[in-house]
Amino acid sequence: MAALDAATQQQLRALAPEVLGILCRRTKDFAAAEDAVQEALVAAAQQWPAEGLPAHPRAWLLQVASRRLTDEARMAIARRAREQIVVSLVPAEEQVVVGADDGAEVLDDDSLALLFMCCHPSLSPASAIALTLRAVGGLTTAEIARAFLVPEATMAQRISRAKQLIRDSGIPFERPGADAFTARLGAVMHVLYLMFSEGYAASSGDSLVRTDLSGEAVRVTRLLHRLVPGEPEVAGLLALLLLTDARRAARTGPAGELVPLDQQDRARWDRQAISEGVALLDGALPQGRPGPYQLQAAVAALHDEAPSAAETDWPQILALYEVLRNLSDNPMVELNHAIATAMVQGPAAGLALLDQLASDARLAGTHRLDAVRAHLLERAGDLAGASALYRRAAGRTASTVERDYLLAHAARLTDAVGSGV
Amino acid sequence: MKYMLMMNTPGNGPYQIASWPREDLVRHIQFMKAFARKLTAAGELVAAEGLSGPDQAKRVRAGNGGKPVTDGVFPESKEFLAGYWIVQVDSPERAYQIAAEASAAPGKGGVPLNMSIEVREVMSEAPREWQE
Repeated sequence: MAALDAATQQQLRALAPEVLGILCRRTKDFAAAEDAVQEALVAAAQQWPAEGLPAHPRAWLLQVASRRLTDEARMAIARRAREQIVVSLVPAEEQVVVGADDGAEVLDDDSLALLFMCCHPSLSPASAIALTLRAVGGLTTAEIARAFLVPEATMAQRISRAKQLIRDSGIPFERPGADAFTARLGAVMHVLYLMFSEGYAASSGDSLVRTDLSGEAVRVTRLLHRLVPGEPEVAGLLALLLLTDARRAARTGPAGELVPLDQQDRARWDRQAISEGVALLDGALPQGRPGPYQLQAAVAALHDEAPSAAETDWPQILALYEVLRNLSDNPMVELNHAIATAMVQGPAAGLALLDQLASDARLAGTHRLDAVRAHLLERAGDLAGASALYRRAAGRTASTVERDYLLAHAARLTDAVGSGV
Repeated sequence: MKYMLMMNTPGNGPYQIASWPREDLVRHIQFMKAFARKLTAAGELVAAEGLSGPDQAKRVRAGNGGKPVTDGVFPESKEFLAGYWIVQVDSPERAYQIAAEASAAPGKGGVPLNMSIEVREVMSEAPREWQE
């Protein structure tokens, strides 16, 4: 069977939330509408390569999806009719038939309502990511299952349970009111951030068969930014993802090994993504409503714009982490703050901060504190101590790529100690 | 996060289950099948397999020229891997909960076996650029 070319596939995926939005608004039944759109997407992927792109792809998808919905509704009515006499006087077709294409503004409102629904805080992050990829991202269940390396049946169940939860808890298909908007937008951004992070794992596996989750997260965040252009944190999130993703090609070596930031070949960084990220940030920061995503993006931008690791503007990065610390209570921010402190004031100052963090229950027993301490001990010249801590960190990480990196680093230090360097 | 739940049994000779009365055997098998269905329906099951018994197991090492040298039947073994589940869950606590459920699979006379299930995290987590 012929496959869709990449451009058409992107077009198809971009249409998915628009078509689903229209059907949701008209039928008030997210679960059924979502199934119908998924079937229409699968039908398009099968028919378009053979029959060519239809003249009006969105109308084609709408027609196929609403026909599926009509069939479903007709069967449901038939079922009910057998049980009771009262049947709607409006024929099933007219309940769901879709007229002329809706205006762009309505389409955008619908897409935003969809995002808020799929990223509702009552869903677990894993469920929200899967549902967002399907309903907003236009990915098939099989593609999402491949991204998470689970069987398709398992992923289908997870998505169907998420939809059930939405139905049971009566989460409405609408843009949240002004009082809830900021918190709900925060939940959407958090899901997109986690989706992007999940993609880091995918890029360490066989990227040929795994769905590019980081790319999907960038695409959906781009959509979100287009829908709410006046939200500086959304621009900040998109900037952060672009500025981080820009280093993708350089962050793994030929054998898939992790290459740390200071050793990456900066010529392989994606300059176009960096310019776009920096431009977004330049538009967001002057609005005077800073937030964690804008600040993290600003740190990423300082790394990306440094001509070499040695020329990194660490005082500026330290200042950004000082602001971030005041905005959020996040142990990862504290760790990064300690590193920045070490880069500016010397390793002893950073190590002193780590000592204060040792009692933080959220970091206890994790590999990150050990790895950062090892890094600072190495900078302070305590190679034996650093080596032992790198090994302990390696034993505690749940990432194969990271373990291999930490072990190789520990071995190099042990060799250096042994040879008296 | 993914976890592998490993079910170990005493390693000397065939599985004990082979000598159970039919009724107990059927109850145990039904439990295991229902358990797998439940995990699938919850969207948590990644993989599950049962392994053939210790009496059929071989240990293989490379001999001269890389030829396989096999060794088999291990009367001295204390524990043997009888089967495993790989689950994707939202927390370690959920993995422990699933393991406890598997542990309580019915044995002789329907009495819970409360067998030991080893829970290990699968190293599929994303690496982080912690140096930043």
